[in-house]
Amino acid sequence: MPASPAAAAKAAPSSDETPAISVKDLRKCFGDHEVLKGISLEAHKGDVISILGSSGSGKSTMLRCINLLETPDSGEVRVDGELIRMKPTRDGHQMPADIRQVERIRANLAMVFQSFNLWSHMTVLENLVAAPTHVLKRPRAECLEQAEALLKRVGIWERRNYYPPHMSGGQQQRAAIARALAMNPKVMLFDEPTSALDPELVGEVLRVMRSLAEEGRTMLVVTHEMGFARDVSSKVMFLHKGEVDSVGEPKEMFARPPTPQFKQFIANFNK
Amino acid sequence: MDFDFYLSTMWSVLKALPLTLEIWFSGVAIGLVIATGLTWLRASGYKLGEYFTRGYVFVFRGSPLLVQLYLIYFGLSQFDFVRHSPILWPILRDPMYCTIVAMALNTAAYSSEIFRGSLRAVPVGQIEAAKAFGMSAFTRFRLVTLPIALRLALPAYSTEIILMTKATALASVVTIMEMMGTAQKIQHDTFRPIEVLTCAGVIYLLLNLSIARLFAWVEYLLSPHLRPAPEQSQQVKPVPEVL
Ligand SMILES: Nc1ncnc2c1ncn2[C@@H]1O[C@H](COP(=O)(O)OP(=O)(O)O)[C@@H](O)[C@H]1O
Ligand SMILES: [Mg+2]
Repeated sequence: MPASPAAAAKAAPSSDETPAISVKDLRKCFGDHEVLKGISLEAHKGDVISILGSSGSGKSTMLRCINLLETPDSGEVRVDGELIRMKPTRDGHQMPADIRQVERIRANLAMVFQSFNLWSHMTVLENLVAAPTHVLKRPRAECLEQAEALLKRVGIWERRNYYPPHMSGGQQQRAAIARALAMNPKVMLFDEPTSALDPELVGEVLRVMRSLAEEGRTMLVVTHEMGFARDVSSKVMFLHKGEVDSVGEPKEMFARPPTPQFKQFIANFNK
Repeated sequence: MDFDFYLSTMWSVLKALPLTLEIWFSGVAIGLVIATGLTWLRASGYKLGEYFTRGYVFVFRGSPLLVQLYLIYFGLSQFDFVRHSPILWPILRDPMYCTIVAMALNTAAYSSEIFRGSLRAVPVGQIEAAKAFGMSAFTRFRLVTLPIALRLALPAYSTEIILMTKATALASVVTIMEMMGTAQKIQHDTFRPIEVLTCAGVIYLLLNLSIARLFAWVEYLLSPHLRPAPEQSQQVKPVPEVL
């Protein structure tokens, strides 16, 4: 595990380095509703990018286009420089050209969902070893050992043999983060990881995420936690109606909102 | 009450239980294989497969099993090519095989509908998580979709299987001396229908009770996550990987 100090992780990456994620001009329609209108984004190693935006602005769709849970209509996604190849379909859209490539890239992009989506018929421990053993083909014993260490780290080792429905939301989300970590992913995608939690459980999940940021993980975090966006992330991106309204350094963005839309957005939050 | 008559009738009908079980098991097992094929065909996304399975379900679910049995046993033998086929004829001239075929075809229609429903009921988030972690379609199916769908299918499928034990009684109309056939023979010989049918009914009841208990037990084993949470202090053994 990389353990570079937070300060080093947040230092501006050299521009000639290959970005961990590079998204160019991503577009996506659902029917005739254009949800993403040309989104571009670059995340370098160690970047923690908070993606803000009001409900329906396309945050989830953007994240889901990056790991191909949704197929973008156009635009390109590169992970560690590798372009996800697409081919046109008969109805004028596009689809992944090589599903094996998509699966390989997905294994490097662990996702944490708003509603956890832990596999409910597996214990926590089984949830953590399923993908490493079956996707990465790592030895089961080694995966189990790593899983226990990760569960200790997120503070739910005692619950390792529990089934997800038997745990609180905060515990489930920490298990889901541990499940993502078990893949040793290059980039972690978080889609509103604390939005489904009772307020008193938000803190325990945010603490885990903060510790990930501090050890230099590359993270894209869709969130409504303004404290996290301002204090933990290295970059804030504000989506408005399917477009990137503004991007910037967090303290700067919050101190001097660059656009009226963003100003309005944080004003609504402080009410 | 004539206990001796009850006892001897019970015993005679019970001696036919193995035959009933054989018909039941063969019908259900072959039906399960066909149902799996139909479910796969239906889920494969091919239009032709969908039309075929829809038609199949329409025919075999929409008509009485008794009609299907008669048509298979008496109807198919009308065709020359059936009578001259070295594969079909040995099966279709035998009433026992005909019963099994009719039951299998019939239960396959119901079961494939049950399986289709339970596959669709697997929460989409569970499958998306499997996708997002890079699992291939096959791995996703084996580790996530199938185990969840099986648990969802079990209650309805166990009902279907119990219906099939009762359906074995139809074999008696094509001369098979399973439990119902045996009971009818005793009834004809003794003119004591109430006692004889009571005996047969009790045996069917006990048989279905055992099957229902068996399924309830399997359901319990497969659904630890749906039971109440264990106590914090209590250690839970990890479940070995079953699939
Ligand atoms: N699968 C879908 N089918 C149709 N419309 C969708 C689908 N997913 C999202 N949308 C629509 O796209 C818009 C953006 O959704 P989403 O990306 O979930 O927004 P956010 O995460 O920012 O709240 C919304 O208007 C939503 O209704
Ligand atoms: Mg969303």
